[in-house]
Amino acid sequence: MLDVEELSVAYGAVKALQGVSFQAQDGSVTAVLGANGAGKTTLLRTVSGLVKPQSGTVSYDGVKLTGLSVESIVRLGVSHVPEGRGVIEELTVDENLRLGTLWRFGHRERRPMLQEIYDLFPPLAERRNRMASTLSGGERQMLAIGRALSSKPTLLLLDEPSLGLAPLVTAQLMAMIRKLARETRLTVVLVEQNVRSALSIAEEAVVINLGRVVIADRADTVAADTQLRHHYLGF
Amino acid sequence: MSLFVNLTLNGITNGMIFAAVALGLVFIWRATHIVNFGQGSMAMFTTYLAVTLLDRHLNYWLAFVAALVAGLALGAVIEQVLIRPLRGKPALNPVIVTLGLFILLEGLAGSIFGVGSRSFPPAFSQAGLKVGHTTLAFSHFDVFILAAVVVLMLGTLALFRATSLGLRMRAAAFAPEVARLLGVRVGRILTLGWALAAVAGSLAGLLVAPTVSFSPSFMDLILVYAFTAAVVGGLESPVGALVGGLVTGLALSYVGGYLGSSLEPLGALAILMVVLSARPEGIFSRPEPRRV
Repeated sequence: MLDVEELSVAYGAVKALQGVSFQAQDGSVTAVLGANGAGKTTLLRTVSGLVKPQSGTVSYDGVKLTGLSVESIVRLGVSHVPEGRGVIEELTVDENLRLGTLWRFGHRERRPMLQEIYDLFPPLAERRNRMASTLSGGERQMLAIGRALSSKPTLLLLDEPSLGLAPLVTAQLMAMIRKLARETRLTVVLVEQNVRSALSIAEEAVVINLGRVVIADRADTVAADTQLRHHYLGF
Repeated sequence: MSLFVNLTLNGITNGMIFAAVALGLVFIWRATHIVNFGQGSMAMFTTYLAVTLLDRHLNYWLAFVAALVAGLALGAVIEQVLIRPLRGKPALNPVIVTLGLFILLEGLAGSIFGVGSRSFPPAFSQAGLKVGHTTLAFSHFDVFILAAVVVLMLGTLALFRATSLGLRMRAAAFAPEVARLLGVRVGRILTLGWALAAVAGSLAGLLVAPTVSFSPSFMDLILVYAFTAAVVGGLESPVGALVGGLVTGLALSYVGGYLGSSLEPLGALAILMVVLSARPEGIFSRPEPRRV
């Protein structure tokens, strides 16, 4: 279980998060929603250790993450797919995927793991020796998510996976995230601008506005609250 | 004709040495985006270590290896002690520190080993090889220089292309934040980058020392030429360092041979100006896409 408690983050004088608390249950999808600049990306970056909080704690499975290095947090099973996808364009598809397995698996176990990812995303298998810079937007998203999964994480942090994707591709992606969470007990924290698709697959939803949590509740409760939707989610 | 052949051979040999130093600059540039002005004096220091060991009658090859290992350690220590604390500071700060390192090491070497020039024994004969009746300006030692730098280059290529450490190093260079999110301990990789750079530099120092007047400033001009080579090659690419080194070595050899050796530094300047005005990102680097 991911437990975020009273988390506050500031960039100089600008307060990005103020006393944010919520929990994400094992094997569930938690959608983090809110307008641009609400602090969603900052929240994910703080969980994975890229940003140091002013106060508050993040714990995962009882281990306090705050204060640990990014590399150590990764080794606790936390995988973060950053905004803009973070595919390394100068490497091939296979090298990108392999990078995710290096700390986790010995030499012999890497290939079978990569094969699992290729089975999950067949278009990547066809392009395994191509440079990542030649991939389309959807393929890059597959690569970024596949690479995050290649270390067999238990907590997946996804930052705007639908950004720039066609509606059909987005729908397929969301269905896949849902399936992964259900079948492999993967805990997913999903930051999305695409509120409808995020709510359609999430069990829980956290709405953030100007760095504060407006509501943290079941996703269907949030979706049914017309006033809340109009106010903070724009539909 | 024989002048041309000799100048070409001389240019290739010098070019390989520039390439080795340039490779060190490339390693550091890729890892930390710093131009290391201390690269030459670091190599000078480890070369003095070798000659000190040789003075005490240590086996030549043991002294040679000791200097390379010392370079590895020196590079790692400098990164940890001087460069790491400056991470996140303005880009100019570490560059100024490397300039300070250059002055510090040369001063230190002067006071420990003396400022006067002395000789450094070559590993192999420096007598020109004979082809038929002509003696070439190319010796067994020059063959050794070529072989040593080729081994260095192939080793680098194998490291980057065929090992998972090399994959980590490339990821850390291209996208440090993403690399960390994938569990790559980027801090260690940067230390390693500096250490390997210093090994390449040390090797170059050991190869140059027997061919020049050996004093604490013996690497200064070599560093200028290696910098030219690295810029020609694009600072990003090991292959670029090799090609840049050969281009610079050959061009300077022809300038020195046909126009006079006092014009060599001007030749380097001319190469820099031509490359920087025609292709500012160097021949082997891809231009940075401008974000609009």
